Amino acid sequence: MTMGPRVAETLSRLPALVNHDAPLVRRGRFFSGDFLVEADQTPVHVRVHEGRIEAVETGPFRMRAWRFAIRADASAWIRHWEPIPAPGYHDVIAMTRLGVARLEGDLQPLMANLRYIKEVLAAPRGHDRSAGGEA
Amino acid sequence: MAIEFEPITGRYATLTLDGRACRLFIEEAGQGIPLLCLHTAGSDSRQYRHLMTDPAVTDHFRVIAFDLPWHGKSTPPAGFHDEEYRLTTATYTEAVLAVADALELERPALIGCSMGGRIVLHLAAHHADRFRALIGVECADHQTSWYDTTWLHRSDVHGGEVCAAMVSGLVAPQSPEEYRWETLWGYMQSGPGVFKGDLYFYREDSDFRDRTPLIDTSRCPLWLLTGEYDYSCTPEDTERTAAGIVGAEAVIMKEQGHFPMSENPAKFREYLLPVLERIRAVTD
Repeated sequence: MTMGPRVAETLSRLPALVNHDAPLVRRGRFFSGDFLVEADQTPVHVRVHEGRIEAVETGPFRMRAWRFAIRADASAWIRHWEPIPAPGYHDVIAMTRLGVARLEGDLQPLMANLRYIKEVLAAPRGHDRSAGGEA
Repeated sequence: MAIEFEPITGRYATLTLDGRACRLFIEEAGQGIPLLCLHTAGSDSRQYRHLMTDPAVTDHFRVIAFDLPWHGKSTPPAGFHDEEYRLTTATYTEAVLAVADALELERPALIGCSMGGRIVLHLAAHHADRFRALIGVECADHQTSWYDTTWLHRSDVHGGEVCAAMVSGLVAPQSPEEYRWETLWGYMQSGPGVFKGDLYFYREDSDFRDRTPLIDTSRCPLWLLTGEYDYSCTPEDTERTAAGIVGAEAVIMKEQGHFPMSENPAKFREYLLPVLERIRAVTD
């Protein structure tokens, strides 16, 4: 499996990782909407309702709408989810600074819920099978 | 049982800064060589509370930290409600020297972090005779802009929440949870537009690449300490800066981020105490 689909597989577990984390869901209670996570060429569409992850779908998509997108190298996502990530890969904003990720679209809902979104995207940390070196 | 107070005492004084009365909060602990401490952008002097309760420091140093106007327990000057706050090199320098003068400090040592580290370079270049030693933590001569600071102060994004979320990754993953969140609490508490106004100095008014060649470390020694997880002032930024200053010593701190004194005080003292030891050796 190439790295993009491996990242998508990890992201598919977001509902289990997020929805049982009551403080995290509470922090996202004012956010409902769709965003896109991209790993290399693989797009993953995430739908949130009041802090709960309602759906995670892997593309390609036709005419799929989203409010904002977080695009990164698939290898950067895998490094982001290592138990102790290396400097620059430990935070989504750090990844943008490093040049391995970028934020696009309507950034207002992202910035208004930045802690929540960052914690959702970091939720697979330590749970990512692809980060553990498995083939 | 009697209450156990910490050895830190805080007082208020009104100083004239930029021609205006500014009520400042100043706290201190310890005795000995004065060590003036400068907090980061968008936070306040509480970042130095661990230095002020460490006998290895306070047995030899009078540790003093103050909140800049608009920060912490210092109030903004009268009329602030109609102004956009902007820190500049001139107003920052004036505040630091005014506090040192008001307290009648005799050539204090000074430690500043982030924007406090940036002003260290200006002080080293133009006011070296006022200080016996300078320590720039997370210090570099300039920074290329890496995000749009207008997000930090607008009506449809909570300022405290977004300021903390923007800097949360600047805390190293290894830092204890308690101190990570105490550090971020400082950012959550910052007044509207204050972090953004500090970053005006940091981003727009402090490209010091022109004055690092003026720094003479034989007049005032200079240390630069930067955390390996700092992606704002990166280790490369600090090493480049140090390479341009004869005699400057740079150390990259393992498992540290942008707020060493508050995010991981136990780790920071491993790096800071040897520097303070050398300052004492020069002084004695």
